[in-house]
Amino acid sequence: MANASTNIAAAGPRGPKPRRAISGRNIMIYGTLGLVALYYALPLYVMIVTSLKGMPEVRLGHIFAPPVEITFQPWVKAWAQACTGLNCDGLSRGFWNSVRILIPSVVISIAVASVNGYALVNWKFKGSETFFTILIFGSFIPYQVMLYPIVILLREMGIYGTLGGLVMVHTIFGMPILTLLFRNYFTSVPEELFKAARVDGAGFWGIYFRIMLPMSMPIFVVAIILQVTGIWNDFLFGVVFTKPDLYPMTVQLNNIVNSVQGVKEYNVNMAATMITGLVPLTVYFISGKLFVRGIAAGAVKG
Amino acid sequence: MSAVRRRPKLLRNLNAKFAAMPMILTTLVVFVGGTIWTVVYSFTNSKLLPRLNFVGFAQYERLWNTGRWETSIHNLLLYGVFALVFTITIGFLLAVLLDQKIRFEDAFRTILLYPFALSFIVTGLVWQWLLNPNLGIQNAVRSLGWESFSFDPLYTPKIVMFGILIGGLWQGTGFIMCVMLAGLRGVDEEIWKASRVDGIPAWKTYIFVVIPMMRPVFITSLVLVASGIIKLYDLVVAMTSGGPGGSSEVPAKYVYDYMFTAQNLGQGLAASTMMLASVIIILIPWAYLEFGGRKRG
Repeated sequence: MANASTNIAAAGPRGPKPRRAISGRNIMIYGTLGLVALYYALPLYVMIVTSLKGMPEVRLGHIFAPPVEITFQPWVKAWAQACTGLNCDGLSRGFWNSVRILIPSVVISIAVASVNGYALVNWKFKGSETFFTILIFGSFIPYQVMLYPIVILLREMGIYGTLGGLVMVHTIFGMPILTLLFRNYFTSVPEELFKAARVDGAGFWGIYFRIMLPMSMPIFVVAIILQVTGIWNDFLFGVVFTKPDLYPMTVQLNNIVNSVQGVKEYNVNMAATMITGLVPLTVYFISGKLFVRGIAAGAVKG
Repeated sequence: MSAVRRRPKLLRNLNAKFAAMPMILTTLVVFVGGTIWTVVYSFTNSKLLPRLNFVGFAQYERLWNTGRWETSIHNLLLYGVFALVFTITIGFLLAVLLDQKIRFEDAFRTILLYPFALSFIVTGLVWQWLLNPNLGIQNAVRSLGWESFSFDPLYTPKIVMFGILIGGLWQGTGFIMCVMLAGLRGVDEEIWKASRVDGIPAWKTYIFVVIPMMRPVFITSLVLVASGIIKLYDLVVAMTSGGPGGSSEVPAKYVYDYMFTAQNLGQGLAASTMMLASVIIILIPWAYLEFGGRKRG
């Protein structure tokens, strides 16, 4: 990494004087960044490498060595046969549970939050800003404070332990950040557009569906990225609000790897971990800059 | 559908109010109502089911007399202080490095940020494997010839929180780096020109000009990291399940265990109320700095 030479970018017209390609400064910068990048990439590498080894090879203890003999058996086993104590049909069950949780949660949470943001910007009513402020401050309340009241709420509604209950929980806890995201975006849409549509007789939903929605596709993509990774990675809500046969993938993964019975099969564990991480990683690598935008949008204060 | 003329105040703008119903209900019922419910019931002796049988501060007394809670608080403070300092420092330093108009900036950023896309469970399990004393890093270094090398934080009660910290930092620093990088990019180019004209070395410009200018970014990062620290739960569950011998317990786990497995609801609620209190202690100065200061300035 250190000899990633010919750094012409640093010698732009603004610079004090043209720099040599291999200066002490450049070696330091690229050297440090290279080492840091290596450190960050290492766990992913070890995860992949371990998951492709057979158990005899894993027991040798060369954790950083590439597999001598590549085997996909651990992946097959993690997907279809790994045990969680109750049943032995692998991570596939958790994967499909997660998919079944993910899709409605993403759709509903985004639909609700985008309408919220739209109402907050274009259809202010008395108290709307107060609700928004509570919403934002509410996002700082530790989840543990609201867990039990929600359990009671869901039980009263008869959806505790069901998919619908968990979808509702994700909608509730995704609301602050997503509403903020959409509100900030809709604020930047010129107000004249909204006024013109009003003059033409369009109502609340008409303007939302015909003007706001088509105009804000980028922010919807950002919201989808945010929610897909967030909901897929959730553990706490999955544990609290679903029953074992509905456990999302993260919960099942933890149960497989941290189960105390049986011999530890590290290669299968790493394959399972890898499979679970694959969805958010794919989203991350495909979305690139949009992911950064999503989390940065989440970071800016209201 | 169309706008309404001269209706009673409450019925005006009805569509918007109807559409905002989920938000109104969430704020009132879940956030406000739920919080009040938890605080009220933390003063009762509810066991398996919530009962309004008030016992004053008994749950809190018991809480602070429980060794496990003390360990949890101690662990969270230890983890929190180090996580704050390291995440902010490393995040800022990495952002500065990436801001040197370097090549491959996108590639570096992609590598440094990808752990943030992974869940704490995945993070925890990978590091649990890397920190495995028999087959992980310790073994790899020993097989290089350094036989007495010892690095097994997850199995050593005294330093187990640092083992968890390794995983936490790996997952979270990339995010703070991105926030900091955005902050650095927001610094006016003129400032750099001026400092160059005056012959001030870059590091001095960073410390005396750029960092003070980035105060809001630092505060935002601080709040983000701090609110993440209080939620610390999944990572501990994945890496140690609170072990060895309960030495890596954290408050969030205490709450969960008392509420859902130990069936001592009042105790769990008291613990979660303490978590709320600590958030408020962090949040009030921040809100004061952010909003109070702006109004006056």
